[in-house]
Amino acid sequence: MDKFGFTLVKGRRIDYDSNDRSIAEYVSAHEPSFRICIECGCCSAACTTGNFTQFSLREIQILLKRGENDGVRDKIKKCMLCGKCTLVCPRGVNTRNVILLIQEAFRKNIKNAV
Amino acid sequence: MGRRVVVIGGGVAGMEAAGQLARRGCNVTVFEKETETGGHVKNWFHLFPDRKDSRDVLRYLGNKINHNNITLFTGIAVEGIRPSNGSFSVFTGDGNEITADAVVVATGFDLFRSEKKEEYGYGIYENVITSADLERMFRKDQIRMHDGSIPGKIGLVHCVGSRDEKAGNLYCSKLCCVTAVKQAMEIAEHLEDAKVFCFYMDMRMGGAMYEELYREAQENYGIGFIRGKVSEVAQNIDNKLIVKVEDTLTGRPLKMEIDLLVLMAGMEMSEGGKKIAQSAGLDTGENRFFKPADLHFASNESNIKGVFYAGTCTMPMNITEAISHARAAAADVMDYLDKQKN
Amino acid sequence: MQFDPFVIPFNIGLYFILIYAVVRSVRWFSNLSRPDKLRLQRGFFGSAFGRSLKEIFMESLIHRKILKANFRLGYMHMSLAFGWFLLILFGTIEADIFGTRHLNPPYKAIFFKFFNPDHGRTGFEAVYSFLMDLILAFILSGLILAVIKRFSSKVVGMKKTTKLKLPDKIALTSLWLIFPSRLIAESLTSGVYGTGSFLTGSLGSVLASFLPANQLAYPFWWLYSLSLGTFFLLLPVTRYMHIPTELFLIFARNSGIRTGDQSGAFTEIQTYSCSSCGICIDACQLNFSTGITNIQSAYLMKGIRNNEDVNDIAFNCLMCGRCDRYCPVGIELTPIRMIRRRAESVEPPEKSLWSRYFPDLIKIVNTRSNGHPAFSWLPQIKTEATEVLYYAGCMTHLTPAIKKAMIRILDASGMNYRFLDEAGGVCCGRPLMLAGKDKEARELINFNSGLIRDSGARILVTSCPICYKVFRESYYLEVELMHHTQFIKMLIDEDMLRLRFLRKKVVYHAPCDLGRGSGIYDEPKDVLRHVARLQPTGFDDDDSLCCGGSLGNTRISYRQKNKIAADAASALTKGNPEILATACPLCKKTFTTVTDTRVADIAEIVAEAIAPNPPELKKHVVKELYREPADMI
Repeated sequence: MDKFGFTLVKGRRIDYDSNDRSIAEYVSAHEPSFRICIECGCCSAACTTGNFTQFSLREIQILLKRGENDGVRDKIKKCMLCGKCTLVCPRGVNTRNVILLIQEAFRKNIKNAV
Repeated sequence: MGRRVVVIGGGVAGMEAAGQLARRGCNVTVFEKETETGGHVKNWFHLFPDRKDSRDVLRYLGNKINHNNITLFTGIAVEGIRPSNGSFSVFTGDGNEITADAVVVATGFDLFRSEKKEEYGYGIYENVITSADLERMFRKDQIRMHDGSIPGKIGLVHCVGSRDEKAGNLYCSKLCCVTAVKQAMEIAEHLEDAKVFCFYMDMRMGGAMYEELYREAQENYGIGFIRGKVSEVAQNIDNKLIVKVEDTLTGRPLKMEIDLLVLMAGMEMSEGGKKIAQSAGLDTGENRFFKPADLHFASNESNIKGVFYAGTCTMPMNITEAISHARAAAADVMDYLDKQKN
Repeated sequence: MQFDPFVIPFNIGLYFILIYAVVRSVRWFSNLSRPDKLRLQRGFFGSAFGRSLKEIFMESLIHRKILKANFRLGYMHMSLAFGWFLLILFGTIEADIFGTRHLNPPYKAIFFKFFNPDHGRTGFEAVYSFLMDLILAFILSGLILAVIKRFSSKVVGMKKTTKLKLPDKIALTSLWLIFPSRLIAESLTSGVYGTGSFLTGSLGSVLASFLPANQLAYPFWWLYSLSLGTFFLLLPVTRYMHIPTELFLIFARNSGIRTGDQSGAFTEIQTYSCSSCGICIDACQLNFSTGITNIQSAYLMKGIRNNEDVNDIAFNCLMCGRCDRYCPVGIELTPIRMIRRRAESVEPPEKSLWSRYFPDLIKIVNTRSNGHPAFSWLPQIKTEATEVLYYAGCMTHLTPAIKKAMIRILDASGMNYRFLDEAGGVCCGRPLMLAGKDKEARELINFNSGLIRDSGARILVTSCPICYKVFRESYYLEVELMHHTQFIKMLIDEDMLRLRFLRKKVVYHAPCDLGRGSGIYDEPKDVLRHVARLQPTGFDDDDSLCCGGSLGNTRISYRQKNKIAADAASALTKGNPEILATACPLCKKTFTTVTDTRVADIAEIVAEAIAPNPPELKKHVVKELYREPADMI
């Protein structure tokens, strides 16, 4: 692109104000422990799926909390629900329910609902 | 009304409180359940942030407690406290009873039992040790793996038994981050060729000179810092430890082979403290530590008038804080005894 | 001809319910799968028939299982069911012997006293009247208990009782009215004629002494007939539908029909067989540890019957199988819940009266893997040939002590083995199934099946009961599948493992998926008895508690799970054992956080007991086997 000056490439910056965070809000409303994640990554470290393919629950949850929902719909389907993440989470987040709720929210096409 | 004070616990806070009270003319009896005074400090080699030899602190405290007004019983644990007519009966494990006008509870802390975090392999894999084990190695000047060989790659895991609902402890033990940084630097000093990594959730370097220590560890010691909580440790066929963690800053899972893994065990309410809390009816908080009457202006007072707290029996503290807290406890005891007299 | 208009409500109700029962049974039968139809046909004309009759007598009438579990509750059920049965039986005989003629229409027996008010004065007649009064008294005593239970369930020893909906309330009221109205009607008639035995006779003479018994009797006969008719007419849309359904269920079950993993007629029959007795509520740990009292199986059955959205109920369950164990009707509650989880959460449709009487068959399609794989990322793995294949399971990677112990045991056994998931494998699929994701689970099952087949292994050993259960039920494997406790038992029996006796006091916690889920109770205990002093806990075998860590429940919080775990652990460690032994990594992890007693897997205890110096020769063999597995096969 032959553009100079301070024009921003669209999408680089998280547009927090116009992003749609209703998926995250839907999950929080049904599973309040979704809110208490501290991004330690223990879930992703333990993750059986993450062993084989790019899948990080920690990343997914923060993307949703920022309203960066693109691509999460497909990513979240990779989970095998084995439950290791639930066992290691130091905050006691009910991770399996979080995953099911994210899938459900996408299935129901939750949008600007809350 | 006399000035008989019983101090339960001969660690940092107990010794400091006893010394202060003795100098102010109290008749102090100190009970220490172990055969020696000094608490956890005597197991430590060097102290953060200035790398002072722990023996210097022990010497200072030893001088304090060496006073005519102090009677010290070691190897005797206190089992209970009962108020009676404005004074207290203190019951000891050897079946004796002693009367006191005031009691200072300085029962300290226990280190988290790291074997409870089974996924980290303490007690299962030979080369997984705790921060306390490492201090013993420092003292012997021998940082060795179980088979006697010198470790090339060493990992330190923060928050073992702290900030962990699965370990039953929601609170931050405050000292593990700075201890890890200090220990990482010491390892680097002891073993020139060793590579040292800290696995942390958050670096909590809030104390005096802590942040400077952190910076020094990066700048002069080449310590590696990886932001992610270790989920599990495995062992491969060559007896190397495999640490699984997410490098949360790159967003990718990270696997590392480690020779020696050090678990930074957190602080918990001591077993002795729990027993006393139960028998005397002293309030404990959700974190199981003794609950001070007020966190702001009565952090030494308990729910029983005449029973005071000193040091880490109320919350995780460093030595500086424990000494200050003990002095404050001594001041509170003096006030109390003066009021009782009039 | 002996007839009076008041018998019409009863007649309408009776013939309606008889026809309805036939129609409904035909519908159920035609909805059964072909093999199940054959089973039922064979069962009906075979030995299953006798067994079914016996079971109907023991369970549907006597209520033996409820009596055993809770005497007062059992007595209540027995007096109503068995008492009513006796009343009809002896009433029919009475009408036959003493009536104007033989082979009467049913109303003659039910309203015998009205048509034969003079009956029962002397001799055999009086004895028979006494018997009929005794039966009525028996029923009424149970009815009194039932009324009390409705208002205070503690009286019959129940902690909780089920809540009712409107048709149930009307039906319940009419049921409650049946026997008191009969009592009063008979008494009044007896009072007028000076007949009746100790109950109706005495009450009758008292009532007749100050009431116009002659005028009052007739309305009460009407009330008796009306309450019977109402009860029968409403029966299909209330929980009392369980009475006729249970008969069908007993025949079907004795013919060998099981729930399996398919929804269908048998699932529906079971759903309608639930009497809402509430025993499952008392057995449920979610009730007595966390105070959750609206999700138990009785509510699930009721919700399904009423076509309600039961999604929240279906998922809020540990799937421990305790309710199955205690259900006096023997309904396969957990398999039904498992099937129900596959259904999407949907808005319940409008319910017409017709659909209440003839509901659509509850059909939840058992999805098979189709052309759209969810797990396209599954890796290409090649398994190497081996004799024993060890699948630790996801959870076991978080309990390295179990893994290490198993390696020690496998090494000591001298068998040639390999890990299927040394550095973490692909999940077994059961967690997905527990979440209702059957189709996705099928992909993992296919994937793992391939790996297992390629290894050519003779034995597949797993440490995790969750995996064990799904391997057993949903994989079609040709290997011998063993939980590690079974494997260790085999090694001990075949003298491939020499163990010392540890002299430790041990209690055993049977994991849900291994015990109630797979029926493995003896091998773990045999192994423990071989190496330690095993003590009973009062929660042994199928009375076992759930540790609370179950993957089955996605709805409760970590703290609620912890509460269940703490309660279970303290119940299990009451006798101060040195070790709380279990056979599941998840149970182990869950209990470790809540008890100071040492928690250990059986494998760990066995590894500890392995004699320290195995013979030199064996050691050598082990090494050889381990290095050259391919040559050994």
